[in-house]
Amino acid sequence: MQRTPLYHIHQQSGGKLINFAGWEMPVQYTGILTEHQNVREKCGLFDVSHMGEIYIQGPDACSNLQYLLTNDVARLQINQVLYTPMCAHNGGIIDDLLVYRLGKEQFLLVVNAANTTKDFNWIQANCSGDLLLEDRSTQYAQLALQGPLSRDVLQQLTALDLTQLKYYWFVKGEVGGEEVILSRTGYTGELGYELYLDPGKAERLWQEIMRAGREHGIMPIGLGARNTLRLEKKFCLYGNDIDQHRHPLEAGLAWTVKFEKGDFIGREVLLQYQAEGYRDQLIGFKLVERGIARHGYKIQYNGEDIGVVTSGSFSPTLEENIGLGYIEQQYVGIGNQIEVVIRRNNVKAELVKTPFV
Amino acid sequence: MRLPEELLYTEDHEWVLVEGDQATIGITDHAQAEMGDFVFVELPEAGDRFNQFDQFGVVESVKAVSDVYIPLSGEVIEANQSLLDQPELCNEDPYGRGWLIKVKLSEQTEVASLMDKEAYARFLEEVE
Repeated sequence: MQRTPLYHIHQQSGGKLINFAGWEMPVQYTGILTEHQNVREKCGLFDVSHMGEIYIQGPDACSNLQYLLTNDVARLQINQVLYTPMCAHNGGIIDDLLVYRLGKEQFLLVVNAANTTKDFNWIQANCSGDLLLEDRSTQYAQLALQGPLSRDVLQQLTALDLTQLKYYWFVKGEVGGEEVILSRTGYTGELGYELYLDPGKAERLWQEIMRAGREHGIMPIGLGARNTLRLEKKFCLYGNDIDQHRHPLEAGLAWTVKFEKGDFIGREVLLQYQAEGYRDQLIGFKLVERGIARHGYKIQYNGEDIGVVTSGSFSPTLEENIGLGYIEQQYVGIGNQIEVVIRRNNVKAELVKTPFV
Repeated sequence: MRLPEELLYTEDHEWVLVEGDQATIGITDHAQAEMGDFVFVELPEAGDRFNQFDQFGVVESVKAVSDVYIPLSGEVIEANQSLLDQPELCNEDPYGRGWLIKVKLSEQTEVASLMDKEAYARFLEEVE
């Protein structure tokens, strides 16, 4: 199993380590509910160094990304970040990722850990012209500092004016004495930052941030709370809510598909879906009877199968049991009643507005 | 890891307190620590009968769903209703207020097949 440069820190901090996509990662330190609440109310520090980084540079880099990705990379300014799916020809989602425009002809793609090799091979097989493509995953550690107090904590460690850093923009600079890429991005729906740096410096920066955050009640946060935090905001998790059998339109990601930008992989099929419609839609629900929905549970209406749960959990913020799932379009509508099949029992649920929180 | 002397234990990390022909059953401190914050408990009703090691309920933490198995055959006398609203009692007090069910035993000889504190402690060392 692979380990991040912060492995020893996790051990020392009482992190409970699990296998996540081939990586030995902390699922929790003090407890998922406590960590979740701490990020919503104060702030927390995550090790997300398992994420992959793919570097693309060259005169043809931008045009190739335009063809590979559904969102509009050409509109991206230098120092701006973009969220986008990458689709196959049939519209299925190969991965969802962030594009960092480092320069006019330089881009960094931040991809899901489990998909790094698959993505790299796909990009390599589908790009052409004058460009350089590199898997730089081992050259970056990634920390995420998230929560309403994250700016106050980070500002103590840098001369950069963080109030000037807008959502989905980044700067290169010094934080805690280390050279980083600092972006105002995250997976929690809170004010927050992600920092990319030399793996050899990650342990020191982690400790610097923890020290600076002590008076703000900072905590280390594991993947367990990362999941409940993202679910409450309806951020898709690859492998759960989206995969190669689902396309961006049914996943509620139509805002990331820019048909007008020109040709891209999957465009033809997605245009057809847009014009003619498609069967399913990703919806949010809350259970109105006792039970917790989990990935893979069936969704029914009057005992007939109409879909499947893709994510489900107790919501620490709402103290209700919530979930995401695909159901057939005709059953979609806020307030509509559905049933989740939990251990052979049909448990009543209701479609609700998302994000949940 | 707390392991009270007076309890018997199973390899599925349930504990049982036998008092005459009745028993109180719960999950061990080790099990609750492994699972993390409990958020849901599903228990049988009074009158339900189970054979030894049958599944009798389900406990869920934020991350995991786990079946629980009855250490001894018998008929459920009472299920811990407090857990419906406060599943966290299983984390906070696994051997006390976090108990799951009380059972009237039907085969008291089965007690011999369970582990005492020392045997369970050795078992935990082996599986760690």
